[in-house]
Amino acid sequence: MSRSPTSRLDFSTYDTAGFFDELVDETGKPRPGAELLVEKLQSLEFDELLRRQAGAERSLFRLGITFAVYGDTKGKEKIFPFDIIPRIVPSHEWEWLERGLKQRIQALNQFIDDIYHDQEILNDGIIPRDIVLGAASYRKLCQGMNPPRGIWCHITGTDLIRGADGQIHVLEDNLRCPSGVSYVLQNRLVMKRSFPQIFAASHVKPVVDYPGQLLRTLQHLAPDGLPNPTVVVLSPGSFNSAYYEHSFLAQQMGVELVQGSDLVVHDGFVNMRTTAGLKRVDVIYRRIDDDFLDPKAFRADSMLGVPGLMGVYRAGRIALANAPGTGIADDKVIYTYVDKIVRYYLAEDMIIPNVPTYMCWERKQREYVLQNLDKLVVKAANESGGYGMLIGPHSTTSEQEKFAGLVKANPRNYIAQPTLSLSRVPTIVGDDVEGRHVDLRPYILYGKDIFVLPGGLTRVALKKGSLVVNSSQGGGSKDTWVIEQS
Amino acid sequence: MLSRVADSIYWMSRYVERAENLARFVDVTFNMMLDLPPGSAGQWQPLVSATGEHEWFDEHYGEPTQENVVRFLTFDPDYPNSILCCLQAARENARSVRETISSEMWEDLNSFYLLVMDEASSSDSLQSPQDFFHEVKNASYRFKGMTDGTMPHGEPWHFARLGRYIERADKTSRILDVKYFLLLPELSDVGTAFDDLQWSAVLRSVSGLEMFRKRHHGITPERVVGFLILDRMFPRSIMYCVNEADQSLHAISGSPLGTFWNPAEKQMGKLRSELAYAHVDDDIIEVGLHEFLDAFQTKLNRIGEAIYEAFMAVDSTKVNGSRLQMQSQGFM
Repeated sequence: MSRSPTSRLDFSTYDTAGFFDELVDETGKPRPGAELLVEKLQSLEFDELLRRQAGAERSLFRLGITFAVYGDTKGKEKIFPFDIIPRIVPSHEWEWLERGLKQRIQALNQFIDDIYHDQEILNDGIIPRDIVLGAASYRKLCQGMNPPRGIWCHITGTDLIRGADGQIHVLEDNLRCPSGVSYVLQNRLVMKRSFPQIFAASHVKPVVDYPGQLLRTLQHLAPDGLPNPTVVVLSPGSFNSAYYEHSFLAQQMGVELVQGSDLVVHDGFVNMRTTAGLKRVDVIYRRIDDDFLDPKAFRADSMLGVPGLMGVYRAGRIALANAPGTGIADDKVIYTYVDKIVRYYLAEDMIIPNVPTYMCWERKQREYVLQNLDKLVVKAANESGGYGMLIGPHSTTSEQEKFAGLVKANPRNYIAQPTLSLSRVPTIVGDDVEGRHVDLRPYILYGKDIFVLPGGLTRVALKKGSLVVNSSQGGGSKDTWVIEQS
Repeated sequence: MLSRVADSIYWMSRYVERAENLARFVDVTFNMMLDLPPGSAGQWQPLVSATGEHEWFDEHYGEPTQENVVRFLTFDPDYPNSILCCLQAARENARSVRETISSEMWEDLNSFYLLVMDEASSSDSLQSPQDFFHEVKNASYRFKGMTDGTMPHGEPWHFARLGRYIERADKTSRILDVKYFLLLPELSDVGTAFDDLQWSAVLRSVSGLEMFRKRHHGITPERVVGFLILDRMFPRSIMYCVNEADQSLHAISGSPLGTFWNPAEKQMGKLRSELAYAHVDDDIIEVGLHEFLDAFQTKLNRIGEAIYEAFMAVDSTKVNGSRLQMQSQGFM
């Protein structure tokens, strides 16, 4: 049924389908903070809404937020899908989230530092020793390392989801090379042009100072007394899918974007090869995984890293953000112990709960999982991107049997979670507006202080009914507005 | 700036200039062919000889017919200096330094590349070859205008200019060389209407015919040679190019003109002086045009290597960008 271009949206007929909608409740009444936006959306002719959406897409093209379709010699580029209807977070909820995120990152930072020093949390039996030391992300080489100021996870992206009951949970901590913040910044730029009036009237917390905060966080890591530390962004290069972000952040901070081959260790320091000779580097914001950082320390076949980098790092003559070794806290198995970690280091209860998770290496929980495979999502600890995962309700009996075998063979490698009814946000779909599932990734910078970017990246599963928000599998993004409430 | 970025910008520029000059090269021959009396000897073989890929061409194409040679120079994906390959290389270099060049430059170069790709894959490609070469020249002008208009005129821009003018100087010398040495070895033809035709074609291919006529009116070999090598105002003359390249070199290192702070500057300065104080009869015709051009190309190649050594092949002997250190290593 085709919608008339001059018709208007009416949220009283909008179907929330039993999911928590971020903008309106089940009767179509706007949630706190969303009043102005919903009013505006209902006042526009649908055609106008589509025009604004098209305008936003054009802006993104012009700004160059494109993926090259690599391998396509025609050189075509396309944008990361974006929808102009934002997600709204009222400030009181945001304050609670901010407290929770700061608490979490402080505890995780102490955890990482402890693991790579005296391992007191293991000695006290809070977490089984072999769970941590046997994890693929544990880096023995980092044992005893002392990163500047004792900070290991400088830049974190924590994935949050909200269930049908309205409760927000942490789904995952991303402490290695979290990406997506460039989309947050560019989406916001585009949104200001799409809805200038309501944006102004809504008192949305700004995100524009992220690059400045990031630079300050990085400069904070430089050795004391250095008046003008040289900061660089280390990228695998233009063939990497996140290259746009590496380039964007380097440009916004006004620092050099380098590849491994541009750096060389000389005389105990890391240097850049420039047309005026070698120039010393003090802080590296590295967007390369641990494994590829240094062929002399990690994977010998890495062409992306800098030979000898870890030697300079150990000697304290270069700062790396994030520190190598943080992956230990980015592990799905460790995730299940975060509440214990918070209590151990901070003597506090975890503010933002995890998603309820079953640990397959505990006998009773494993039995429950094996009996309920058709209802649960089972994940392998060391995989990502949907691999090594069983989505119970969508699986066949034979798939479940196969997974049961895997879990029994290596229980320490598996966790299980109930399928989640992610919250939704109204999204333009064809000639209508429908709810689509979202998650939220705020970005946290740990420098002199802990800074949480207000809002973050709302990723949206554009396919109807889909819960998969990854860009590689039909995901897109929305802007996130943290609304100052009077 | 990063050595790698300087290297990519330098080569991006050189490859675009190379593609344009190749279009002019082939166009000059088309021009001549149209005006030649019937039965004139094959004019296409010399172009193959000029590339130095004689054997490769024999193996892959055989006869140096117009069609073969034009396809070889324009669209051959395996000949690294074909117009197609030059555009591919220019684009690859540009892509790796997108954050240094402007977005307009990138989009423009991408369009240039697609223009050539589309013609190469079209079923009736080169039906109107001169239209195509005209478009290539225009695309090159547009890209250079984009470069000069949208890049800040700092170090990266100077590397682009360095690449552009070194390439242009080299190719002007080769266009001249092809004409004089390879196309017309018969003394009896010198001074004839046939000869005039050829010189006009050469001048037209470098867009210099009108300017030449304004200055010199009548065509003589000495005047044309003098114009293409030594003229200070004609933008495609060798003198002009070397002068511009020299200025950019100095802008990059910060050294005053007339001094040198690295071997590239030393060699470029020497070359510039030779040209600045040359007289066409005594220093070029006496010596022999081909010999002069050959020697020039060798010197220019060495300068290219010196530029690489000075700015791109950075190793541990050049610590902390100290120019004083370079001077004290006895280069003065």
